[in-house]
Amino acid sequence: MKESVGTTGLILNEPLLWEKGKKGRCGFSLPRRDVESFPLDQELTAEGPDFPDLSEVDVVRHYTRLSQWNFGVDTGMYPLGSCTMKYSPKTNEKQASLSGFSGAHPLLPASLSQGALKIMFELEQYLAEITGMDAITLQPAAGAHGELTGMLVIYAFHKKKGAQRSKIIVPDTAHGTNPASAALCGYRPVPVRSNEQGILSVEAIAEVMDEDTAGIMVTNPNTLGLFEENSQAIADLVHAKGGLVYCDGANVNAVMGMVKMGNIGVDVMQLNLHKTFSTPHGGGGPGSGPVCVKKHLESFLPVPRVVEENGRYLLVENYPESVGKVSAFHGSVGVMLKAYSYIRSMGPKNLKRASQLAVLNANYIKERLKGTLHLPYDRPCMHECVFSDKHQATQKVATLDMAKRLMDYGFHPPTVYFPLVVHGAIMVEPTETESKEEIDQFIEAFKAIVNEAKEAPDLLHDAPKSCKVRRLDETTAARKPCLAG
Amino acid sequence: MLYLPHTREDIASMLQVVGVDDLDDLFSTVPEDCRCKGDLNLPEPLTEWELNDHMAALSNSVAVSPEYKVFMGAGSYEHFIPASVSYLLGRSEFVTCYTPYQPEMSQGTLQAIYEYQTLAARLLGMEIATASHYDGATALAESLLMAIRVTRRRKVAVSRLIHPLYRRVVQTYFEPTGYEVVELGYLESGVTDLTGLDDVDDLAAVAVQSPNFFGCIENLRAIGEVAHDKKALFVASFTEALAYGLLKNPGSQGADIVAGEGQSLGIPSSFGGPALGMLASRKKFMRSLPGRLVGQTKDLDGKRGFVLTLATREQHIRREKATSNICTNNSLCALAAAMYMASVGEAGIRELARLNYDKAEYLKKELKNAGFTIRFDNPTFNEFVVEFPEGFKTTYERLLEKKIVAGLSLAPFYPELANHSLLCVTETRSKEDMDALVREVKS
Repeated sequence: MKESVGTTGLILNEPLLWEKGKKGRCGFSLPRRDVESFPLDQELTAEGPDFPDLSEVDVVRHYTRLSQWNFGVDTGMYPLGSCTMKYSPKTNEKQASLSGFSGAHPLLPASLSQGALKIMFELEQYLAEITGMDAITLQPAAGAHGELTGMLVIYAFHKKKGAQRSKIIVPDTAHGTNPASAALCGYRPVPVRSNEQGILSVEAIAEVMDEDTAGIMVTNPNTLGLFEENSQAIADLVHAKGGLVYCDGANVNAVMGMVKMGNIGVDVMQLNLHKTFSTPHGGGGPGSGPVCVKKHLESFLPVPRVVEENGRYLLVENYPESVGKVSAFHGSVGVMLKAYSYIRSMGPKNLKRASQLAVLNANYIKERLKGTLHLPYDRPCMHECVFSDKHQATQKVATLDMAKRLMDYGFHPPTVYFPLVVHGAIMVEPTETESKEEIDQFIEAFKAIVNEAKEAPDLLHDAPKSCKVRRLDETTAARKPCLAG
Repeated sequence: MLYLPHTREDIASMLQVVGVDDLDDLFSTVPEDCRCKGDLNLPEPLTEWELNDHMAALSNSVAVSPEYKVFMGAGSYEHFIPASVSYLLGRSEFVTCYTPYQPEMSQGTLQAIYEYQTLAARLLGMEIATASHYDGATALAESLLMAIRVTRRRKVAVSRLIHPLYRRVVQTYFEPTGYEVVELGYLESGVTDLTGLDDVDDLAAVAVQSPNFFGCIENLRAIGEVAHDKKALFVASFTEALAYGLLKNPGSQGADIVAGEGQSLGIPSSFGGPALGMLASRKKFMRSLPGRLVGQTKDLDGKRGFVLTLATREQHIRREKATSNICTNNSLCALAAAMYMASVGEAGIRELARLNYDKAEYLKKELKNAGFTIRFDNPTFNEFVVEFPEGFKTTYERLLEKKIVAGLSLAPFYPELANHSLLCVTETRSKEDMDALVREVKS
């Protein structure tokens, strides 16, 4: 095997912010005072907050050192399943930081914000084309926020029909956020098991779908990385009983240009711009979770909507059936700009190519690692593949140990212990932006680790050894929480 | 394509390993009738240089500083952001990582968020703060649902002087729950009228914003006492976090939960988002908090380290019984706020906040001298309500031509305040800008 990319490097220690600094320092160029001081009732004021006083150099070193304890896509391969950690193009960052966008006040009159509105309008059109849906709201600020918005739309639909329903079907291969999103709308999730092939069967849905069920939340491709082959028949069945089909579109990176969810019976879906459309995840956000609906649900979308009239763009509030607002303003516009920039850079053929290559990378890993790791569903996968630690059980090595050991080899671990349907799951999503050489090195690293599991399992139990810290005591963190210093 | 590294040879050899002939064959599990016919109807790709021109043209069509002088706040405030903050925030180790599920490889994000939680708690006078929410409005909605969980009561009272768009988000979140939102009116002085609380029972929370939507500073202590008398939680909201650099913080005034918007702390307006939902509470409510939390712990060698914690509240563990469905939050915005708070420091934030106060007072004085009415007497922070004469719309339009945005008309939000505008001044507006505004509205 080629020399591993993982080394210890030179990692510097850095205290907490308030363990540094001295009274009298400041890292901010205070603006000139050009007006007099006015009286202010002392009853209203207090001493300033207890912040540390640091110079600009202190602040810069602090965060530079902290950043070096982190691993991002720009550092190396980050095959976190279901998270689509593809490369985030630098030009997107540049476009979003243009002063006309970053400096724009959200309540500017439409006449003064045409450029921003045009981008939102066109992005909606592009997303509609990619998904085969009819109308889009960009307002939800994250994937789960989109799920909630989608559920609100479904709730409003049933309410308008005058017969609210109490349940929603959520399969075991759906994303973890789905049940909580449904519960926020008062729907009780009804679990359904996937079949031995890892997908939903029409029969399993027929058993639970009834006229008190608002619909189904399907993640497609699902969290096993498999395409729901029966989706059209399931949609027909749900529709026949008056329900709606919600598609969690977090995994659309597998099917751009190949499948349009709007053509296979989906009524509502969310997209994750921070997954499929390359916007960076920022260590946990911000994201953006546009919701796409078919025509018959358009009137329920959040307001304001961006509308075009004779080449001018307007924000329109007048949709009386709308669910209302899910963000104070228009959602994560800064994120939308990056997704827009990505779609314009890629064009139709490259988007399709991206999905094809994402699927190629995942299948390649599946084929090359399936003799090494247990593969519970040995079928063609989409953008991700799911292994388990079954073969390692006899060596008393678990998924977590292999994941931690991957760090020493210079890779971010895959998603582990999810989906729950696979015991000790290892969910690998390479994305299309990893080259064959990177992937080969990842495969070799995994093979070396599986070998170590047989010959020197303590290397795995003690991993990682080359990060800033060793394994952390999460139990004590939760039992005796220390959330602020 | 520059983001797709595969050569023709790579593809051929990989397809061979997979055992299919071409890329389309990889999709054999997708039924034929589910597949797209034909290509996506999207614009052809732009080169990097074409994209630069295209985006620059669109960006130039938007009215922003320094060309335009925008006297509008209302939940989005223009403040100076140091280059060091923007630069540090661009470090790709922070930008291109996911939620820190693997703490050993994410100590940078985790320590930074722990520091954010600490500084946010100190700013708001609370014991703990979450790792961030989408924006002030969703933080408020989630805090009210939290109050309902904590108290097991079914009604919340919300001041009409909470940002009108925040109240609409609260309404949207509450619609399917069956919980009731009672609105509290306002007094002639521009602060919340609590008399509406007299006959309300089963009350989980009283929510008030300070400085409120009119910029007026509420008497939080008194409101908190009324809330507590009714055995409800006191939820304090805010849209201008900088105010607490100068004013008494909500925690010191008896707030149980504080929820609002942190955009002022080093985050550009960006047409409204991404923003920073801040949510803080007393420690005893810790296990009812929605969203992510970072906690301190030790590693195997006893070294200090940080992890995501109290996950048993969260959606991936508790499923439908979770305290929230949040997965992604606005971590990078929280990081920006931490960098900003660390840069201004204790002395700096107080002086900066004081400058915001004084500038707004200057504009108030000049407008009064010019014969306009400042609608509410109550002390304000960096924004206030002005009554303009009938037909101000024409003046407003004329000022737009001169690249001045003369505040926000209140009529769409408060029909009873026709001809009233909400004006905002921060440290970014100079005396000359304000003098020009007064001169123009007068003429």
